[in-house]
Amino acid sequence: MMHSFIYFFIGLPFIGFLLSLITPRNRENLISKIAIYTVGLHFISFVAFAGYWLCNGHPTIDFKNLVLFRSTGYEFFIDFCFDKITLVYMLVGAFLTFLVTIYCSYYLHRESGYKRFFNTILFFYVGYNMTVFSGNLETLFVGWEILGISSFLLIAYYRDRYLPVKNAFKVFSIYRLGDVGLILAMWMAHHLFHENITFLQLQNDELVSHHLENHTIIGTFVALMILITAAAKSAQLPFSSWLPRAMEGPTPSSAIFYGSLSVHLGVFLLLRTFPLWEHQFSVRIIIVVLGLTTSIIATGIARVQSSIKSQIAYASVCQIGLIFIEVACGFETLALFHFAGNAFLRTYQLLVSPSSVSYLIKEQFYNFVPRPTSLEDSFSKKIKYTFYILSLKEFNLDTFIYQLWRPLKIIGRALNFVNSRNVLYYFVPAYILGLICLYFESGIPTQIHNFLPTFFSFIGFVMVLKSYTERKNVHLAWILIIMNHFWIALAISFNEHYMYTQSLLYLSGIVVMGIIGFITIQKLKTIEEHVDLNLFNGHAYEHPKFAFVFLLSCLGLTGFPITPTFIGEDIIFSHIREDQVALAFFTASSLIIDGIAAIRIYSRVFLGPHIKTYHQSAFKSS
Amino acid sequence: MNAEHTGFNEHEVIHDLKHYLPAQAPLKDFIHHNTLHAFQKLKFDEATRSAAKMFGYNVSLSLDEFRNLYHSKKICHENLERVIIEKKGKEHLNDWLNNTIKKEYDTSTSPRIGSFRSNWRSLYHINLDSVTHPKIFRILCSYLDQGISIWKFPVHEKGFLTSIREIEKNSSSSIFRTERAKKLFLNTRCEIADLLKILVGDESLYKQYIFDQQFAHQGWSGMVSAIENQPESLLDPKKISVKELIILECLFEIDVLDSKFDANWAPLASRIKDKPVDLFATVAATEITEAIYIWQNAYEWSYYDSVLNGLQQLKKDKPKKSMPSFQAMFCIDDRECSIRRYIEDNDPDCETFGTPGFFGVEFYFKPEHGKFYSKLCPAPVTPKYLIKEIDTNTIRKKDVHFSRQSHSLLRGWLISQTIGFWSALKLFLNIFRPTMSPATAYSFNHMDKFSKLTIENTNSNEKENDLQIGFTIEEMANRIEALLKSIGLVKDFAPLVYIIGHGSSSVNNPHYAGYDCGACSGRPGSVNARVASFMANKKHVRTILAERGITIPDSTQFLGGLHDTCRDEVGFYDESALSSINSGLHQKNGHVFSNALDSNAKERSRRLVSIDTTLSAKKIHEQLKTRSVSIFEPRPELNHATNALCIVGGRNFTKGLFLDRRSFLNSYDYRIDLDGKILTNIMKPLGPVCGGINLEYFFSRVDNQKLGAGTKLPHNVMGLFGVANGIDGDLRPGLPSQMIEVHDPVRLLIIVEHFPNIVLNVIKSMDAMYEWYINDWINLVAVNPETKEMHLFKEGVFIPYQPIPQKIEVVSDITPIVESTLDNIPVYLINKI
Repeated sequence: MMHSFIYFFIGLPFIGFLLSLITPRNRENLISKIAIYTVGLHFISFVAFAGYWLCNGHPTIDFKNLVLFRSTGYEFFIDFCFDKITLVYMLVGAFLTFLVTIYCSYYLHRESGYKRFFNTILFFYVGYNMTVFSGNLETLFVGWEILGISSFLLIAYYRDRYLPVKNAFKVFSIYRLGDVGLILAMWMAHHLFHENITFLQLQNDELVSHHLENHTIIGTFVALMILITAAAKSAQLPFSSWLPRAMEGPTPSSAIFYGSLSVHLGVFLLLRTFPLWEHQFSVRIIIVVLGLTTSIIATGIARVQSSIKSQIAYASVCQIGLIFIEVACGFETLALFHFAGNAFLRTYQLLVSPSSVSYLIKEQFYNFVPRPTSLEDSFSKKIKYTFYILSLKEFNLDTFIYQLWRPLKIIGRALNFVNSRNVLYYFVPAYILGLICLYFESGIPTQIHNFLPTFFSFIGFVMVLKSYTERKNVHLAWILIIMNHFWIALAISFNEHYMYTQSLLYLSGIVVMGIIGFITIQKLKTIEEHVDLNLFNGHAYEHPKFAFVFLLSCLGLTGFPITPTFIGEDIIFSHIREDQVALAFFTASSLIIDGIAAIRIYSRVFLGPHIKTYHQSAFKSS
Repeated sequence: MNAEHTGFNEHEVIHDLKHYLPAQAPLKDFIHHNTLHAFQKLKFDEATRSAAKMFGYNVSLSLDEFRNLYHSKKICHENLERVIIEKKGKEHLNDWLNNTIKKEYDTSTSPRIGSFRSNWRSLYHINLDSVTHPKIFRILCSYLDQGISIWKFPVHEKGFLTSIREIEKNSSSSIFRTERAKKLFLNTRCEIADLLKILVGDESLYKQYIFDQQFAHQGWSGMVSAIENQPESLLDPKKISVKELIILECLFEIDVLDSKFDANWAPLASRIKDKPVDLFATVAATEITEAIYIWQNAYEWSYYDSVLNGLQQLKKDKPKKSMPSFQAMFCIDDRECSIRRYIEDNDPDCETFGTPGFFGVEFYFKPEHGKFYSKLCPAPVTPKYLIKEIDTNTIRKKDVHFSRQSHSLLRGWLISQTIGFWSALKLFLNIFRPTMSPATAYSFNHMDKFSKLTIENTNSNEKENDLQIGFTIEEMANRIEALLKSIGLVKDFAPLVYIIGHGSSSVNNPHYAGYDCGACSGRPGSVNARVASFMANKKHVRTILAERGITIPDSTQFLGGLHDTCRDEVGFYDESALSSINSGLHQKNGHVFSNALDSNAKERSRRLVSIDTTLSAKKIHEQLKTRSVSIFEPRPELNHATNALCIVGGRNFTKGLFLDRRSFLNSYDYRIDLDGKILTNIMKPLGPVCGGINLEYFFSRVDNQKLGAGTKLPHNVMGLFGVANGIDGDLRPGLPSQMIEVHDPVRLLIIVEHFPNIVLNVIKSMDAMYEWYINDWINLVAVNPETKEMHLFKEGVFIPYQPIPQKIEVVSDITPIVESTLDNIPVYLINKI
């Protein structure tokens, strides 16, 4: 009975999303109705369900849903879970999404991209439900990925302007970085528990402490990886600067996603994995310190903000820092309460932020007190000015993020020898050689054999770095991403003798989507003379359909849960042993950067200011 | 000026730069103006094509849009032919018909601005703006901030650069990354020429570089320039200049280049091969610009001709009743065009007038407990009077959501867990039951209805900050005389004369001031209406007026009021002072007003998709009121959109003509002004006010991205004085797309009911006024009041003009037409049977 309800809650937004996808663009009314009815029905039935659940002794529900893949010693399954945490996240999420959807149905009237907006909102909602109902890390990861991509699309909603696209890409990169944490955590957790463990199982103290006992380092590693993911999503240090920059879409979408729902999901992840690190005192200390530092720095930054949205954003980050502390201290209920309050408050504040001009000007008009002259005392002056300047510079957090990618860019640009000719003459033959080696694997000396997986994954890593920094050739950048996956598959094939069908599963999505993407670019190139990666091309203006298809192929290529590659990626990791840190590092980095590289190609070719100037277009600085 | 900088005159360059920068004042003083004011010295076609080439603006509809209008018959073929023949001669008619209607053109553009400075990118592969802009915007916004940030800019009283220098000196963290820039900033005088020597090298290119640099963020530069010119436009005053901004930006550029290349970079001029095209070189007309201008004219005259035909076909034989039931003055605002029609509809015996909505009384207003004065008269006027509000009893409500407390650490912790849940409820109510809240900008809050005003000055020494408190009797009489004469109301006074200002209400609307009365500097006109009524009711004033030939019977009373153009409400002031007879009449008129307001709401609702226009007027009116307080409505009303006309003449001249709220209406009686003296005063502000509104809508419509503010949905409020997209964007002056999307970009046509030679003398009497007409920024037609012949102002003279004949349809009721369409409605003659 309760199970079928959960199916319903997961399925309903998805159906709404599909319906909204096939609605004609010019039917504003229909589009918004579909969204409102979907979310409204979802909200109301959830409230009813919640009542029922509470009256029936509020049991924690957990059930294994769908085994997507099974082999000896490995099982990939979707698992759902429902408890108090889900309840609160769902109530807040459904309530806010419902109200904001109604809000948007008026607010976005006549906006070009009306349909695209509601598509994305529903897609986001699909991801949100998937995440908060998830019962294990794998399921959560599915939702997580959907949230990441729909956030990208919402921030880049004004896709013909420069800044939204630039910032959307920036935020996506940070999300993706957070995803490494999740992938590595899943990998290690798998080795730790020898299975894909569910959140419910984590609550079994005995089981957890039994496994952690002998593997304290692994346990800490998993916890820290999860913390990185949570910090990235919840804009904690050092990632905080993405949050204000995400406020590029229409105000209500910023309000609900970056003011409330999306940004509190890091907290959710911590709440969910709490039993895992509950007994790791050092991890709890680290979280408290992180939360506290974030709070203090963010409140300083919030205080100097002179634009209304960035002020609210940092104020929210500051509160989330406190929630992190609450979670680490084990005050789950308080944390949930705080989350709900903060989410409501910031959403509403952002929604009425345009009113601040008339309200605060009036306030100023009646209550203005001329400011006293500046400080004379030199010591407190020095401290105050220093803190002011640092806050104004956001403690260099944005520069820090930029610097983070810089080494990769420098290396990538140094890889000039990776051009289309060399790829064809050297890397393809090299790959064939690798395949031949694989065939005659038994004849390879052990030392060399041990070294090969890392070496091949390194080549894959080089491919994707080059792709990430390529400025001219779109085809080359695209093919390099595909080749990266092939090298990874080869590397792992050497690592453990597993079924070729698993490689096939992994590569199937890559190949199909890779070809579709290749053809899309090919076709675009025959129509448009200017297609490159040096600047934004903005071809979505004239070719929205191409843009859509190419986006799909990007998703497929990056292991998004629309092709079997998604499962394949997880399996690949299960074949990396816990002592193969280098291999895990190169593979994880490759997967992260190939996602970024693919979205970069999409952004540069299809988004941003259109290179043709026959129509109205905004200044780059606006 | 330093002698060694001969090629570069800093003062002159900055002067020129400021001239070209957007001139929009901070949001609270939103006043419409010609967006391309810098080009007003040129003829419209040369001005627009120069602006397009220099700065990359779109200055007209696109060729395709014009062709679509032509194919959908919104541009008449006859008008197109007429324009072509006139501009190109009959022999080229077919060529140009082909050019305009069929020929394919490459319409892509490449502006001159930015081309020189873009060499940083092409030669050094560096995107300077992406590093310098966010920094500069943030510092500027923090310095100028009016009340968002909790920690204010620590030093503020010393001017922009001096304040930053003071902080920089006393801080362990620097705004610079490298030493050289920091040293230059702290230890040298930072002359622009010296900095540009490092950056550019070649003096002859300094000017171009500065333009490129500042126009890369023209929103911010424009705001700095506006505040430099009018520091009083910020309540919390800030000292700043464009010069300082340029210096800071140059320093940041040096800083970025140093940090990226150390010493390995050279001034830009030394690296480029060819000199860039001069930004200011004359822009010659091309075939495509000519074709576009032909379309523009054909488009405009297709509409103008229908109006002129309508005016000609209007029958004016109705005998006028000697004593009107009441008289009502409204603002000339195009939004009042329809309410006047409905009032006259509901009471055919009444008489309405239009005049600029400050009603000839100019002063500063100080609300009780207010810490500042608000100017209540047209922007260029500087009043010498102050009117204070006293004895108020309203309490201003607060909204905790705007409180700064919620952004702090510990109080935020408390607030988010308490008020946070209150927010959820408020959000719910705001969506399902929108009501007035403290966040609403409500026009009737401008002045307390039951307050008293210090209108009369008994002692001319009574002053506050050099402003005389109130007006003397003589000063009152002068103003009332001028007001009454300008609208031609000098006899036959009805028992009640209403003076009704206008304002607007909205919520979640940073551009709220742009919806109020432009003649009151972007504020509601309630105080002015009340003050003017008070003056006209004053016994001693009437005595003086009688001496000057205007006899107002004792039984006549003036009554001030305010019309809210968004909610369609009218409120009156000082009703208690009415005599009992007048009080009874007023009550009766109340019904006239309320019916008219309902009908007006209905007519307006046709443009608003969320309301069903076929419902009853009352119901629609209620929905419209709810809409005005809905936080999710980005279009509280459509403001001046579709404005196209300004008619100066008696009401008889236009009564019975349906103009679809597209006309400014200024009442005027040529018979009491045969020499045109009064007309001069009337026409003086028409250019800047009506022309300004018209051209701001025009340019915001044709290039909403570069000349307008783009869609308002992602706007972020910056420092309470401007809006930007996101947090790192440039300020966006101009009008948001929600305000202009239904606007037809046609220039204003002013129609004056007077003899052409008089009108010619009037417009020639002042160079600033004449410029609007001689340079074609406004079209002008004079209608001979005796012969009804029309004369078009062209190249400095009036020539007889005959519109292309067209039968204007006569209808008895406009309602079915109103209900039937969202689009502009053509001109109709309304003939009640």
